[in-house]
Amino acid sequence: MSYPNEYRYTEEHEWVKVEGKEARIGITDHAQHELGDIVFVELPAVGVEVKRGENLGTVESVKAVGDVYAPVSGKVTAVNEELEGAPETINRSPHQDGWIAVIEMNDPTEVDSLLTAPDYEKYVAEG
Amino acid sequence: MRTIFEEPQGRSEGILPSLDVPEEGASRLLGEGLLRSVPARIPELSEPTLARHYARLARANYGVDDGMYPLGSCTMKYNPKIDEDLARLPGFTGLHPLADPELAQGALRLIYELSRLLAGIAGLPAVSLQPAAGAHGELTGMFIIKRHFEERGEGERRRILLPDSAHGTNPASAATAGFSVTEIPSDGEGMVDLAALKDALDHTVAGIMLTVPNTLGIFEERIIEITELVHRSGGLCYFDGANLNAFIGRARPGDMGADLFHFNLHKTLATPHGGGGPGSGPIAVSSGLADYLPVPRIALEDGLYTLDWDFPRSIGSMHSFYGNFLVAVKAYAYLLQLGDEGLREVSGNAVLNANYLQERLKGTFMLPYDRLCKHEFVLSGKGIADGITTLDIAKRLIDYGFHPPTVYFPLIVREAMMIEPTETEGKETLDRFIEAMEKIAAEAKEDPQLLHEAPHGGPVRRLDQTRAARDPVLTFPFSD
Amino acid sequence: MRYIPNTGSDREEMLAAIGRSSIEELFSDIPEPVLKRFRLLGLPPRSEIEVASEIGELASANEGAGLIPFLGGGVYDHYVPSIVAHILSRPEFYTAYTPYQPEVSQGTLTAMFEFQTLVCELYGMEVANASMYDGATALAEAALMAERINRRGRIAVARTIFPHYRRVLETYCWPAGISLVDLPYSRTGRFDPADVPDRISALIVQTPNALGVIEDLAGMKERIGDALLVVSAYPPPFGLIEPPGRFGADVVVGEGQPLGLPLGFGGPLLGLFATRKDYLRQMPGRIAGRTVDADGNVGYVMAAQTREQHIRRARATSNICTNSALCALAAAVYLASLGSSGLRRLAGLNLEKAHYLAAGISELDGYELAFTGPFFNEFVVRTPEEPDSVRERLRRAGFLVSPADHLEPLGVERGIRIAVTEKRTRDELDRFVAALKGEG
Repeated sequence: MSYPNEYRYTEEHEWVKVEGKEARIGITDHAQHELGDIVFVELPAVGVEVKRGENLGTVESVKAVGDVYAPVSGKVTAVNEELEGAPETINRSPHQDGWIAVIEMNDPTEVDSLLTAPDYEKYVAEG
Repeated sequence: MRTIFEEPQGRSEGILPSLDVPEEGASRLLGEGLLRSVPARIPELSEPTLARHYARLARANYGVDDGMYPLGSCTMKYNPKIDEDLARLPGFTGLHPLADPELAQGALRLIYELSRLLAGIAGLPAVSLQPAAGAHGELTGMFIIKRHFEERGEGERRRILLPDSAHGTNPASAATAGFSVTEIPSDGEGMVDLAALKDALDHTVAGIMLTVPNTLGIFEERIIEITELVHRSGGLCYFDGANLNAFIGRARPGDMGADLFHFNLHKTLATPHGGGGPGSGPIAVSSGLADYLPVPRIALEDGLYTLDWDFPRSIGSMHSFYGNFLVAVKAYAYLLQLGDEGLREVSGNAVLNANYLQERLKGTFMLPYDRLCKHEFVLSGKGIADGITTLDIAKRLIDYGFHPPTVYFPLIVREAMMIEPTETEGKETLDRFIEAMEKIAAEAKEDPQLLHEAPHGGPVRRLDQTRAARDPVLTFPFSD
Repeated sequence: MRYIPNTGSDREEMLAAIGRSSIEELFSDIPEPVLKRFRLLGLPPRSEIEVASEIGELASANEGAGLIPFLGGGVYDHYVPSIVAHILSRPEFYTAYTPYQPEVSQGTLTAMFEFQTLVCELYGMEVANASMYDGATALAEAALMAERINRRGRIAVARTIFPHYRRVLETYCWPAGISLVDLPYSRTGRFDPADVPDRISALIVQTPNALGVIEDLAGMKERIGDALLVVSAYPPPFGLIEPPGRFGADVVVGEGQPLGLPLGFGGPLLGLFATRKDYLRQMPGRIAGRTVDADGNVGYVMAAQTREQHIRRARATSNICTNSALCALAAAVYLASLGSSGLRRLAGLNLEKAHYLAAGISELDGYELAFTGPFFNEFVVRTPEEPDSVRERLRRAGFLVSPADHLEPLGVERGIRIAVTEKRTRDELDRFVAALKGEG
C-alpha cells in the first residue's frame, strides 16, 4: 500500500487532497482493505455545510459499515456520483477514482494539523 | 436451489369445500371497484411436488438434530420431543386469545406458573412473558428504565453504558428507546474496566446493560462491585440473559445486583430455534419496577386466573396478546422435567464441556484469555497460517460435518471464533470436534486451498455475498 | 437426565484433562455471596409421562378450545392443510439456527426468499422482510421507520385500528417522541381522508379495519404528499380484492397468523412487513437475497445485513434478531398448497359465508349491521339487549364472539363483532342465528 505524499490523512482513515481552496476527500487504501468488498456508499448532499469531525457519509461492505468524517470544515461542492452505481470503485482506486466528496474549505489551515503520508503509514503499521 | 416458482405447475384444489350457502357473488357484495385486477402470482402445485420441494430444502439445511452447533451465546441445545408434542395439544392450539379468561384457565395457569418459576430462576419477583424474543425483552427493559426515570423527574439520564463485548442487539435496543450508548472498554482480563466504568458514571447515566457471563465466556468476578457502583450513581442494572446456561441452577442475576433480566427461552430453556424464531424473551424485574411491566398481567383471585389491566404506570403492551404462548408451553415442560437437580446438571455439564474444549484446543489455536471460562470461550484464527482467515476455518469445518461456531464476534477479538458446545453434546462428539479442528489447522499449513475453497460437496459452494449486497434480488424475478 | 449425553466416566476424564477435581471448582469464579444467596425452586424432576399428564390437564382446562370461535381481532380460525404441520416438524427446519452460514442453511434461506416473494405478491409490494414478531409490532416498527424518514414527530392514525395494535403502537412511539393524532370514523365505519392533518410522518390505516369494514384506499396516497401511507392489512381478502400496494401504499404490515398458524392462545404469531424498493435501507428485519456460488449455481444469503443490529448496532434500523422464521415457513407452505386459485376460493368462501350470516342476523328484530361500509368476513352487529347477555346465550350454544372490552375503545356500544371463516358450516351459521333468536 502506498500513500501519495502530497495528500494528508486522518486517524479515521480519510485522505485529503488540497486543490486550491477545495479539498477532495476519500478513504484510504487501508480502510478499503479492512472493509472488504464495498457494496454501498452513502454520499453527502451537495451544498451541505459540515464541521471538521462531523459525519459526512458512510461506506458499507458486506460485513461492516464505515463512517466517513469530514477532515475539514466547509461546504460540500461536489460528490462522486459514480459511486452510486459502482461502489467497488473505492476498492479498485481508493486514492484517485474512488474520491467521495469535494469540500470548499472555510479554513485551509485545518489541513496542517492532519497526518503526513509517512506519519499515516506509521500510524497504520502500529495497528 | 429451485424455488416453488420454478417447480412444475399443477393443481392445488381439494383442500377447500364448495360453498354451502347461496352465492351472492363478490362484485355484488363488494362492488367491481374493490376487486383484484391482477392476480397474485402464487404457484399452483400438486401436493407431491410440494412435499418433494420441501424435502429437498430440508436436506439442504443443518439443525441440532444433525450435529453439533457450537454457536457462541446461542445455546443450541437439543430440543426435547415431548415439549414439541405438548405444544401441539388441541387444548392449546385451538384456544383463541380473545376467549373469555374463564374459558382459558389452563393456559392462564400455565403462564402464571411459568412466570413464577422464571422469577425463582432470576431471583427477581415480577415477570412478563410478553416479549417475543431476547431483543424484544431488552427493548421492554429499556422502555421500563426510561419510564422510571421520567416519572422521577430524572429525564436527564439519557445514556446507557455497555461493554465493548456487548451483543449488537444491546445498543440497538437502547437506541430504539431513545438512549445514547457509551461503550466501556474491557480490561486485559476480558472483564469490564472498573476505572473506565467509574469515570463514565454520572447523573446522565440511566443504567448499564451487561451480559453475564460476557461474550468472551468470562464471568465478571467483580459483578457485585459493578452493580453497586451503578446503583450508587442512581442508575439501574439490566442483565442480558443470553448466557444463562452458564450458571442456571447455581446462581441468580437478582443476587448479583440485576434490576431487570431477560430470558431467551429458545436458548437456555431448549425451545427450538426454528431457523430464526419464533423465540420468547420473558423479562423479570425487581419489585420497584414491577408496576411498569406490560399489560395485561395474569392474576390469581379466589382460585380464578384473570387478565389484570389495572396498572396505570405500565409501559403499555409489547405484543398483540400474552407473548409466544406455545413457546412458553415448551419451556414449562422442559423446566418441569429437569427440576432443580436437572438445572444444576445443565450448567455443570455445559461449563465442563466448554472448559474441556478450551483446554484441548488452546495448543493449536490462539486463546486470547487463558483462564477458567463458563459455558463458552473465544479462540482466534490468527496465526494459523498465512492468508488463512477464521472464515476459511469455519467453512472447512462444514466439510467435517460440524456447523461452524460464531465467527467475527465479539468485536474485541480479531478473527474471533466463539464456541459454545452446550450440555447436550457428549465427550465423544467433543473429541471428534477437537480432531477436526486439529486436522484443519494442519491443512491450513499443508494444503490451504482446501480451506479457501471450502465448503465442498454441499448443495452450494461458497456463496458470493458481495454480489447479493451490490445487486439485491430479494423476490423471485418472474419476468426473467 | 437423558438430554445430557455425558456419563460419569466422561466427566471424570474431562475433569482430569483440565486438571480439576470437581465440577464445583469450575464455578469458583462466581463470587461467594452470590452462590450463598442462591435458592432452589423447590422443583422435583418429573418423568416424561408425568409431565405429559400434568400439562395435558392444563390443556384440557381450556373450555374455549372446545367452542366454535367467531372471534377475530387479527387472529382467525382458518383451516390449516395437513401438509403444513408435516413440513414444519422436520428437524432440519425447526432445530436449525438463523442462517448465518448460508452454505448449510439453503433450506431456511430458500424458504425465506419464497416467503418474501409470496408476501409481496399478496400485498402488491416490491420488497418484504423475512418476518417480524406479530402484526402489532410490525405496525410499530413501520411507524418508527416512517419517523426515521420524515422526522416530523407526528403520525395520524385511523381510530379503526385494533385497540391492541394501538396500545403497542403507543408503547413504541412514546420513547421515540412521536405523537399520535386520531382520525374518527363515520357511520360507514370508515375514516374520512379529509380529516388527515398535514405535517405528519405517516398515515396509519387498517383494512379490513377493527370494525370489519374495508377502507377505501383510492387516492389516499396522493392526498398525504410525502407522508408515508402505512396500511395494516389482514392477508386473506387479497385473494379477491385489490391489495394495498396497488393504491400506492409505502409500507404494508399485517398479521400472518391466518396463513397456516393455529390460534395458539395468541402466540407465536407472524409479523408481515413489506415496502417499496426505495425504502430498502430503512426497512427493519432480516431479508434473504439471491446470489450465486463459486460454480455459478443459484443460492441464497442474508442480504443488506448492514441495516441490522449485528453490524450497525446503535444505528441499526431495528434491534430485531430472532424473528418468526418457522411461522414464516408455515405461511409459505400454506400459500403454496392453496395456490393462487385456492386463495381466491378461500376469500370467496369467507366473504359469502360472512354475508350469509350477516343477512340472517339482520332479519332478527332489534339486530342490525352497525356500519354501512363493505366488509369481508368480520362485521359488527348492534344488539337489542346488553351485549354480555347475548354473548352468554351464544356461549351456551357453543359459540364465541368478541369481548365487550375489545369494542368499547372503538366507541361501539351495544355491539358484538363476529368473524366467519371457511370452516364455519351452513349448519353452524344457522344455529348461530337460532341462538340469537333464543331458540335451540
